[in-house]
Amino acid sequence: MTISEASTVLTGSGIQRISRAFQQAREAGYAALMPYFTLGYPDAPTSLEVIEAMAEAGADLIELGVPFSDPLADGPTIQHSTHMALEKGMSVRACLELTAELRRRGVRQPFLLMGYVNPILAYGVERYVADAARSGADGLIVPDLPPEEAETLEAACRDHGLALVYLVSPTSPPERVALVAGRTGGFLYLVSLTGVTGARSELPPGLADFIARVRQVACTPLAVGFGISTPEQARLVGQLADGVIVGSALIEAAGRDGHPAQAAADFIRALKQALHSGG
Amino acid sequence: MITSTQSLTQLSTKFGPYGGQFIPEVLMPAVAELEQAYLEAQADASFQAEFARLLREYVGRPTPLTFAAHLSDELGGARIYLKREDLAHTGAHKINNALGQALLAKRMGKRRVVAETGAGQHGVATATVAALLGLECVVYMGSVDMARQQPNVQRMHLLGAEVRPVESGSRTLKDAVNEAIRDWVTNVSHTHYLLGSALGPHPYPTMVRDFQAVIGLEARAQILEQAGRLPDACIACVGGGSNAIGLFHAFRDDPGVRLIGVEAGGEGLESGRHASRFSDPKRGRPGVLHGTYTWVLQDEDGQVAETHSISAGLDYAAVGPEHAFLRDQGRAEYTTADDRSALRAFQYLARSEGILAALESSHAVAEAIRLAPQLSADDILLVNLSGRGDKDLETILKALGKEEM
Repeated sequence: MTISEASTVLTGSGIQRISRAFQQAREAGYAALMPYFTLGYPDAPTSLEVIEAMAEAGADLIELGVPFSDPLADGPTIQHSTHMALEKGMSVRACLELTAELRRRGVRQPFLLMGYVNPILAYGVERYVADAARSGADGLIVPDLPPEEAETLEAACRDHGLALVYLVSPTSPPERVALVAGRTGGFLYLVSLTGVTGARSELPPGLADFIARVRQVACTPLAVGFGISTPEQARLVGQLADGVIVGSALIEAAGRDGHPAQAAADFIRALKQALHSGG
Repeated sequence: MITSTQSLTQLSTKFGPYGGQFIPEVLMPAVAELEQAYLEAQADASFQAEFARLLREYVGRPTPLTFAAHLSDELGGARIYLKREDLAHTGAHKINNALGQALLAKRMGKRRVVAETGAGQHGVATATVAALLGLECVVYMGSVDMARQQPNVQRMHLLGAEVRPVESGSRTLKDAVNEAIRDWVTNVSHTHYLLGSALGPHPYPTMVRDFQAVIGLEARAQILEQAGRLPDACIACVGGGSNAIGLFHAFRDDPGVRLIGVEAGGEGLESGRHASRFSDPKRGRPGVLHGTYTWVLQDEDGQVAETHSISAGLDYAAVGPEHAFLRDQGRAEYTTADDRSALRAFQYLARSEGILAALESSHAVAEAIRLAPQLSADDILLVNLSGRGDKDLETILKALGKEEM
């Protein structure tokens, strides 16, 4: 069985589509908004509705979480969501099917599949990348795969025009930032803090310096994630970076009342509005 | 698989295809710093002297090598020698590595250590050395394990450590490792992750092996002195595999010495409730868990499997990467002993030699009991008795009670 092909006509390679999304946001004068949501949480149909609603509410790119049993870079919120998704029988294959279904429903934003390396190895690296491309994904984020270990996956992504997005952190020394920035595809993911994912009340001190330091050596767009929880925080980060990633806070917002899609859309609109007012 | 990216490491990160550094970017500088500190410490005579002094005066090394005369007689085959890591301070080999890493943490200027623990032995060892060296200590332990290993939880408290219950996933060792890594990611500037086995990202598998290599170095010299020759086989249980790799390392260039690792067979391979990474053709295959590429028990989707063993110390889904490599090379062989055989071996050793072995170590004893009768009195088996069984009494009595009913 092969993964069904995305029926929406998408033009260009994944890398090109990601670049275009950042370019369009920049031309409009705003940082791109990239929400994260776990595929299959709280169940498959609801996750599709939430992601569609986020797209309609103005997300510029969307991170789709592929569940793993041992998500060691994630805090309690995303851990819980991926655990629930697995309990409901979510699998890598099912995630790719949901991705294709989102395309069939007309969602056109670039998709980044965010998942840990072991399920990719189990699925088969080549096959995973081929099926991800076929399902309509544009790039991959693999939080436990530094460039040193990513040669095979990077080559496969190149073959299929997918972006393999690398991460840098406040602990990365300058020469390493430069090298990782040189190898990343589409954009560079700045982990805002030393820690795991999860909503936080304050932005980390030193974030502006960190972004400026990376800016000096990177020529790709910079998207910042981990811990960005409120529209106000998004506004502040949006003044410094090219993209703002929000995950745990969104999952919490979607789970707060009985209407996850509506709640997620409201939260996206609030974030979007904040980004637009931040100038 | 070092590529054009500037490599942060100086040593090879791999054992053949196994090992590596599959970790979040935040930790890449930390493992590079750790490797650097480790290399400097290895070359530093004063560090080595301090480590050796504490092993001697605090841990009580060298641990004896005991000829198990009655056990050997009753089995009527090979002569069995026991390397008595159960007599080390805190009752298991874990202290060797905990001491080495804690000294290294101090050297790196880290004032806090975090550790994972399953049965509690590594947690107790870490709490002990943290008390000795004045380090703040936090131990992560699955809440299921805390319930079944209460005495060790109390020990850690008495030693001044904080024990944090882990409620995620299966609430056992695997989840405790996840939580310890999350803590490390968050507090990396002043915290060292004192990993308890020859697992995890480079340099841990190499470093932990080297801190445990004292087991094999002593045992090799002792068997030469006491028996006049090398053993025919070295036998050790393998969870993560630090006691085994510590024993094997000194014998790796002795081609006449078989190296036999014993995994936990749990309730039997067919039951699916076991921790035999190498012996389950359906679920055991190479993959990545906790930063290293090695053999992992997992489902077809790459989700890490739940494991089972009567001994908490062997109840883990991945094996140290060097074991995977030694197996591929044909240098070491891996077999299993199930819960029942481990219990039998525990009882047998208790009655024949007056030694209460840890349930982990009882798996190695079980293999010796199986193998010895097939050999002659000229043959020698060297078994690593990695820990003592006091911590297991409740589990053992419960299991034996069940059998009698």
